Amino acid sequence: MTSEVTAKGTGTAGSASGQGASRRRRAPVKRLMAPAVIFLLVWMIVPLGMTIYYSFQNYNLMMPMMRGFAGIGNYAILLTDATFWDALGNTLVLVVACLAVTVGLGLLLALLFNATFIGRGVARTLAISPFFVMPVVTGLIWKNMLFHPVYGLISWAMRSLGLEPIDWLAHHPMLSIIIMISWEWTPFALLILLTGLQSLPEDQIEAVRLDGANRWQEFRHIVIPHLGQVLYVVVMLESIFFLTSFAEIYATTSGGPGTATTNLPYYIYLNAFFQYDIGLSSAAAIGAVILANIFAIFLIRFVAGNLNAGSAR
Amino acid sequence: MNAQRSNIGLAVVGWLVALIMFFPILWMVLTAFKTEQTAFSTTPEFLFSPTLESFRTALAQGAGYWHYAFNSFFTAMVSTLLGLALAVPAAFAMAFYPSKRTDFTLVWMVSTKFIPAVGVLIPIFLIYKSLGLIDNDWGLIMLFTAMNLPIMVWMVYSYFRDVPKDIVEAADIDGASTMQTMFRVILPLALPGLASTGLLALILAWNESFWSLTMTDHNAATLAVFIASFKSAEGLFWAKMSAASVLTVTPIVVLGWFAQRQMVRGLTFGAVK
Amino acid sequence: MRWGAVIIGAGVAGLGLATSAGAATTITVATVNNPDMVTMQKMTDEFTKAHPDVKVNYVTLPENELRQKITTDIASGGGQYDVITVSNYETPIWAKNGWLKPMDNLPDDYQVDDLLPTVRQGLSYDGTLYALPFYAESSMTYYRKDLFKKAGIEMPDRPTWDQMKAFAQKLHDPSNGVYGICLRGLPGWGQNMAFFDTMVNSYGGRWFDMEWKPQLTSEAWHKAASDYKMLMNKYGPPGVTSNGFTESETLFANGQCGMWVDSTVAAGYVSDPDNSKVADSVGFAQAPYQTTKNGANWLYSWALAVPKSAPHSDAAQAFVDWATSKQYIQSVAEKKDWLAVPPGTRQSTYDSEGYQQAAPFSSLVRTAISSADPENPTADPVPYTGIQFISIPQFQAIGTRVGQIMAGVLAGQTSVDQGLNQAQQFTARLMKQSGYDK
Repeated sequence: MTSEVTAKGTGTAGSASGQGASRRRRAPVKRLMAPAVIFLLVWMIVPLGMTIYYSFQNYNLMMPMMRGFAGIGNYAILLTDATFWDALGNTLVLVVACLAVTVGLGLLLALLFNATFIGRGVARTLAISPFFVMPVVTGLIWKNMLFHPVYGLISWAMRSLGLEPIDWLAHHPMLSIIIMISWEWTPFALLILLTGLQSLPEDQIEAVRLDGANRWQEFRHIVIPHLGQVLYVVVMLESIFFLTSFAEIYATTSGGPGTATTNLPYYIYLNAFFQYDIGLSSAAAIGAVILANIFAIFLIRFVAGNLNAGSAR
Repeated sequence: MNAQRSNIGLAVVGWLVALIMFFPILWMVLTAFKTEQTAFSTTPEFLFSPTLESFRTALAQGAGYWHYAFNSFFTAMVSTLLGLALAVPAAFAMAFYPSKRTDFTLVWMVSTKFIPAVGVLIPIFLIYKSLGLIDNDWGLIMLFTAMNLPIMVWMVYSYFRDVPKDIVEAADIDGASTMQTMFRVILPLALPGLASTGLLALILAWNESFWSLTMTDHNAATLAVFIASFKSAEGLFWAKMSAASVLTVTPIVVLGWFAQRQMVRGLTFGAVK
Repeated sequence: MRWGAVIIGAGVAGLGLATSAGAATTITVATVNNPDMVTMQKMTDEFTKAHPDVKVNYVTLPENELRQKITTDIASGGGQYDVITVSNYETPIWAKNGWLKPMDNLPDDYQVDDLLPTVRQGLSYDGTLYALPFYAESSMTYYRKDLFKKAGIEMPDRPTWDQMKAFAQKLHDPSNGVYGICLRGLPGWGQNMAFFDTMVNSYGGRWFDMEWKPQLTSEAWHKAASDYKMLMNKYGPPGVTSNGFTESETLFANGQCGMWVDSTVAAGYVSDPDNSKVADSVGFAQAPYQTTKNGANWLYSWALAVPKSAPHSDAAQAFVDWATSKQYIQSVAEKKDWLAVPPGTRQSTYDSEGYQQAAPFSSLVRTAISSADPENPTADPVPYTGIQFISIPQFQAIGTRVGQIMAGVLAGQTSVDQGLNQAQQFTARLMKQSGYDK
């Protein structure tokens, strides 16, 4: 009930007194925003400006004599590099697959842990633990102790069942990365969706139950719409991290075999630290920024629109 | 009767899921107590006589575990506090005195998070070098702050939006200054939200490894560097590596366990009321 | 609030000053975390006893991370490290860029002539030494005497790859956990490519002709790649694309490989009963060849160098002299044992009776290192030096990329033809980009 009152108050239209307050407060309010905005502005604009500058330069760390203006040379190289396009594709596959798995599995687990059973609290605590593990450690555990085709636990289990062990990182590299990242992030989706479920309006559920709705209808018509906004939040936050995922790939497949798991961040890393070509890697970074912004505009508009829609509800 | 049976069924499924999710961590902990020889054998050993040898070696590695742990703790903690100090006033202004540009500012802030760190590594490295901030705790703290600030602003903002606006107006009418309103009226109300924001920032900073590895050598080296020093091209040290991983992961996992309820309320960004 | 930022900035600057102005001289040594370097860290007391005013801080990292850090630092003007660990790949390149201090003022008791000639040559540029070798390695063949006896076959002093194929077939017994042959498959220019380059060389292949035109689609490359793939798929252990040096060493020491071609530094490890289940039955031979012996075994060394930008040049030089000296080797032998000394650098090590007794493989290793000639790495003439790498800055990128492609070939993602075509295209493109294409 209070939420509706709040919502009206926060709307941009606002009440007359709200407008008055904001006019009276404009000066001090700006001062309040300044530190955060200036801090981020400096942090973003200076490196980004330098990156743009480098992307038009011949700049290889190993060849200090060859610096100079390159025109659009780096971009031309980038756009004709098949690996760049592979990396772009891999980035999208990784983001979409991980989103699907974490959200789908997260929702199922949230429904499970929303029911009451013996020791639910402890079980939930165990299930969310992967989220707190350092990504590099995640990579090391999975690569060495689980995926390893000779000493790994999974191949031992398969051998005991009389199956041929799978060389995960070589034959299903992208799947392996998706498994690892999903293992880390499903708990995150689970946690948020669970909180969403726990705030389900009981009266609505009882109302549809009285109308004779079955479990699926209840889920479809009450639970999903209620979770809508929470889902957007999960998708948006996870996209940020999936788009820039690096540590898991670095610690396990190093982008391979071939280019099977080279995503954009890893592609930039390869160019910067194996080719030492700062010009080219800067051009790739600008490419990544553009892709990120397409994502950001798409997602944030979606979420922001939804948040506003939510408050107008 | 029926309800009870389904309850048992649920418990079995729930526990099974929990154990599967937790198993990799458990396996790492078990491996940490093995000798290097038992750590990799083709038939995994579940029963073995535990040894603390790997922990002993790990604690003494490099400059010693505590050196790295302190740096991790210090940089994560200070960057979180600094982030809150920057995020709270900004979010306060945006939530209670929105202007036409508020939405844009928020979107812009979050969009800075989409830039991959490797893309700006060389510029930041060069800037840090000229400022003498390489291998310096404060250099790392500023990086972590910049990394987490957008999400922190957004989280605190959605908390503040949950605070009934009447309260601010009432305070205004009572003649309180903006600062007084923020510190005396709003902050106490949003304290749980700030705590959860801080917790998430702390976890993300603690688990950061890319910048920590690139920007530090010795003085400011964090646990990410500690872990990296167990990777070697010559010699497999799974037990020692597991022991180091356990030492690195435990503090933050335990914190996460205690704070899970707290944290999640902030993560839903006011979507759940 | 804005003032707050200024105050923090000032605090940061203050802290920076405080750390650089220590009481005594503190030198920062950047090194890889291989066992011999770990020994060096434990021996540091000896150095600080002789130089009480010097304190040593180590930055110990895995190879890739270390190379990345040192390169960014030194290429942007340096100043972070006093002593860096470099290999014979980057030493001549960096020396050419003017990044390293020449090692031309060595004290007499350093006995620079005691260094093995090929190793010394690899760390020189224009006849001047720029880094001092800490340890060096070549490649050789390890095999299981017991399994050979059981199969009724005999390992020659220097096998050919055709013989290796026949042996592997006879030894391969996966149901008993023995794989015919173990080789590196982990992608990386210092991993699978180090091995595969020597194989290509011995099949008569080369990276470039005298006009710097890539030769990766030649008959020799094709044959070498096909044999490599066949050996690994038919007689190799599972998960070969995750097996680097360490993983293969572990497999061999666990008794799971009939044969293994890899670095000479593993000889001590696999003959030590504490680590190795096959210590009694391990045999040694030279690295296999096929049509030529040129470049059939590699030459790699880890060396210590002082950047020109080192803040404490004199203390750094003293440290490098100490860590690569004859006396250092002597005291490691006394404090630990002869098997723990860093191998492959000094003739005196191989002449010493203690080492010969402790390491029955020592003369074989010496032969391998001395026969690895980076000036003549291939059957046909080439415009470059280096056996398992090419001494040009571009090689790291090429080797990394081609290493990934070869891993893709082993994993069955691409055929040998496709893979070599991709490798050829990538190499040609990169060389064109760097202006080699005239």
